[in-house]
Amino acid sequence: MAKKLPLKQRYAALTRDVHWDPSYVAAEKVFPHTTFEGIKIHDWSKWEDPFRLTVDAYHKYQAEKDKRLYAVLDGFAQSQGHLTLSDGRYLNAMKLFLQGVTPLEYASHRLFADLSRNFNGPGPRFAALCQSIDELRHTQTEIHTLSNYNKYYPGFHNWREMHDRVWYLSVPKSFFDDALAAGPFESLIAISFSFEYLLTNLLFVPFMSAASFNGDMPSMTFGFSAQSDESRHMTLGLESIKFLLEQDEGNVPIIQDWIDKWFWRGYRVTALVAAMLDYMLPRKVMSWKEAFELYFEEQMLNGLFPDLAYYGIRPPRHVEQAIAEKDLVSHQVYWTLYQFGFAAAFTTTVPEPSEMEWLAQQYPDSFDKHYRPLWNKAKRIQDGGDRFFFQGLPELCQVCQIPMTFTEPGDPTRIAQRASVFDGERYNLCSDGCQWIFDREPEKYRQAWLPVHQIYQGNCGGPSVPEVLEWYGITDGDNGEYLGSVEHRHWQQWHAQQAEQTAPMGS
Amino acid sequence: MTTAGTRTVGVDLQESSEDNRRIIEAIERDNPDCRIKHFPGLIKIQVPGRLVVRRETVEELLGREWETHEFQMAIVTYYGHIQEYDDDEIVLAWDH
Repeated sequence: MAKKLPLKQRYAALTRDVHWDPSYVAAEKVFPHTTFEGIKIHDWSKWEDPFRLTVDAYHKYQAEKDKRLYAVLDGFAQSQGHLTLSDGRYLNAMKLFLQGVTPLEYASHRLFADLSRNFNGPGPRFAALCQSIDELRHTQTEIHTLSNYNKYYPGFHNWREMHDRVWYLSVPKSFFDDALAAGPFESLIAISFSFEYLLTNLLFVPFMSAASFNGDMPSMTFGFSAQSDESRHMTLGLESIKFLLEQDEGNVPIIQDWIDKWFWRGYRVTALVAAMLDYMLPRKVMSWKEAFELYFEEQMLNGLFPDLAYYGIRPPRHVEQAIAEKDLVSHQVYWTLYQFGFAAAFTTTVPEPSEMEWLAQQYPDSFDKHYRPLWNKAKRIQDGGDRFFFQGLPELCQVCQIPMTFTEPGDPTRIAQRASVFDGERYNLCSDGCQWIFDREPEKYRQAWLPVHQIYQGNCGGPSVPEVLEWYGITDGDNGEYLGSVEHRHWQQWHAQQAEQTAPMGS
Repeated sequence: MTTAGTRTVGVDLQESSEDNRRIIEAIERDNPDCRIKHFPGLIKIQVPGRLVVRRETVEELLGREWETHEFQMAIVTYYGHIQEYDDDEIVLAWDH
């Protein structure tokens, strides 16, 4: 048998050597999309994939990852693994994941398929193709993993339609719609760099570690497997940004603007992750604040950005606001979800006393002062038999689409609100970051599909709450208060049965 | 300002199998300054300046042949810049 080529030569043979330059059609006609954003590329061959991934290695290792995942899924299903979860409440985080994240994987698959067609150079084209296949596989493995829970618990049945319709899911959806509607280089910076390199660690790493801690081995396995592909995707983002900055001085200000825009856009999407980490996990691994300090401040701001300073890139605009909010953001978001839980496809509840203690320890400067009193009040109302739900529709930010729930820089007691006028109409924004994004491209953001506006315009099934919930595909038991809910009752019944069936020691 | 040689780089690896434990041991052996943190299901390895994964050390500890591409089965995420990824070693370091 012929000896295998060394990695570098094999990579060159299976990417660069299979590329050709068009001869009887002009290159601009074959690749029409890579010029209109103003980015200048002089030599595509300078783009390097440090993983030197080739098609044979890709299939070999991806198949092995899938085999391992499916073995875990089989074992978990056969051993009634869902009964070993830390608590029934845990599954609400996985519902949010299935509804919010899985469709993003599919959107990402579409985006990278498009990039693999439209980039002029063989290196990034092949990396984008592998990523496109990865994302499709992630969609499938996530659906498959979480479908096991659909047999036992509500809220997992209609996530695809919910993603297009339900108010809080318009937050992640609009982020990807925005990226897919941009040019190829902007979408690459948006997803591969700003989202995947800067921010996905915050979602996948502590959260999947928490899945393990809460007894959810299948989610941990798909999460770590997905994130191991993410390490290649992050590399595509990092290599691309360095390549673009090295190709032409004129690219630097364009890319800085994109980093500024997409950092803030992505950071706002991770607000949902903050609520999941601090409030939706019965057994907690790491607070949002700790995760943000470790994965964003230490690794990105203090690690990556000094490297990018060499090219004249500075840390993202409005980043100081994100740092200042790390004490506040999870509480503000979960409080909003708690109040609007009647219109969500998951349930919420007041944190247990031990969880409040943990939150107070993790957030010594903010929890006892600003948020414990809110939860104590909610608990009193709930104990009186009248669970509090906000009756009315919130005002949404025109850019991130999150209800106006964030506070003024430096004043956690006052809701922040900004407004911009464009073409005679007033648009409301939640922060300086979102306002800056709106003002750069008002023609784009005026078109945003805002769930609350759509309800008022009569496009969501009708004017009443039951009509809108029906249009969302939310059925009774998916939503509302956790205590006494379908999932809570099931959890208690199954565990009581298990206890009865276990023979006492020594009998 | 800190330099590329002092800022940390790192990898997060799955603590899932005997193979991965050997890889973690190999990294510890080849990067004596490394710091290890344990999380459920996960190990975080951080090194000032430069982190190297050497095929030879991994093979010695595993007692079998090992391709550097197999590292993809163990890695969850990383930070730093992949400066080298060939048949013999993987090197993470900042450029500037």
